[in-house]
Amino acid sequence: MALIDLANPTRFLKFANSAIPWLAGLTVLAFGFGITQIMGAPDDYQQGATVKIMYLHVPSAWLGMLGWGLMTVAALGTLVWRHPLADVAAKAAAPIGAAFTLLCLVTGSLWGRPEWGTYWVWDARLTSELVLFLLYLAVIALWGTVEDPSRAARAVAVLTLVGAIDLPIIKFSVEWWNTLHQGASVFRPGGSTIYPTILIPLLVMAAAFTLLFATLVVAAMRNEILRRRVRTLQLMQASSAS
Amino acid sequence: MTPLAALLVRDMRLAVRVGGGALMGVLFFLVVVSLTPFAIGPDLVLLKRIGPAILWLAALLASLLALDRLFAGDHDDGSLDLILTGHAPLELVVAVKGLAHWLTTGLPLVICAPLIGLLLNLDLPAEAVLMLTLLVGTPALTFIGLIGAAIAVTLRRGGLLLAVIVLPLTVPVLIFGVAAANAAIAGLSPFGTPFTILCALTLASLVVGPFAAAAALRQEME
Repeated sequence: MALIDLANPTRFLKFANSAIPWLAGLTVLAFGFGITQIMGAPDDYQQGATVKIMYLHVPSAWLGMLGWGLMTVAALGTLVWRHPLADVAAKAAAPIGAAFTLLCLVTGSLWGRPEWGTYWVWDARLTSELVLFLLYLAVIALWGTVEDPSRAARAVAVLTLVGAIDLPIIKFSVEWWNTLHQGASVFRPGGSTIYPTILIPLLVMAAAFTLLFATLVVAAMRNEILRRRVRTLQLMQASSAS
Repeated sequence: MTPLAALLVRDMRLAVRVGGGALMGVLFFLVVVSLTPFAIGPDLVLLKRIGPAILWLAALLASLLALDRLFAGDHDDGSLDLILTGHAPLELVVAVKGLAHWLTTGLPLVICAPLIGLLLNLDLPAEAVLMLTLLVGTPALTFIGLIGAAIAVTLRRGGLLLAVIVLPLTVPVLIFGVAAANAAIAGLSPFGTPFTILCALTLASLVVGPFAAAAALRQEME
């Protein structure tokens, strides 16, 4: 069975039904491993144990951006290739990506209070991440405004592609502007500047969060396909009753 | 007269006639700027310091509210379907409509800004700089708004959704517009840096806006 066979909604449902328990199990294992890694990781010499918020904050930020990246690819799938499940993926990913972005903003704010002395500052990194959150909310609002899912999909696809400009802005904001938020420490030219005893737990948590994201998106896609089937059945019933 | 020129003239004539709403934007601009001293207090020194920011915010909101009538009127009476079947590329048609919208909404804002700036105790050099930044920045607001207007064209109550879509995209224009005005007024940082970035944002929106709006229109009107 080739990957393209998953474009068929029925086959995708079968795949989802068998894949979700495995993905969920792997996610639980990964989080378990990640938490033990975190407990074994050293405290920061200045921040103490507060630095461990990083293990929540950084993966949420990465996944918020991955969510919009997934939506961008799905938008291309809808507009360019007319892939049948592209808009289902986009609709499923939007609230999940928004939740991770909100988690990033909240954990960052809670981390900033003891470390920077403020819950919020209008520097480039935080502002562009907030704009990403607002864009997520705009997309979710647009999904809820147009009745027909396939017409909504096309409008949302255009908005998603326009909003994708925010992703490089967030990534390079700490380079282009003088920000209170620290500069890139993991994905930077010359390699990571974090010592392995802290980097390894971070990467393990990132993998765990990514598995969580995958589990949630596949489950949400399954729900969306079933929701559309219910809607079709209701429409058929309404038209046959008249 | 070429079809695109005819479209431009038509849109401008429709905007200035009664019910077209062209100068309503200026009136809204005046009302918003008049409201701010009621909220902030009449301290003239404070108003002078935040004057450029208030004027820019009011210009942004006035442009936003006028975006409704960009495509909605044509959609309601069926002209939009006719326009979509024309020979001219849809991107150019949308750009021309954006130009007409800016000439009847944005440009009056720019011209009235100095007079309204007097309410906020701005002095003449400050008003001149502000007018320049608004002149360069309001086309960006219109052309980014084109995207939201095209997406929301078929919705009946699209007003607030339009704001939710357009406002995050106009944040950079607002940031650099106010930064340029404040840099020139305070004289502490160079005016050129934020101003050239503002020009770049406008030029980019002149391209991206019509393309994205045309794509959205094609999808919505199928």
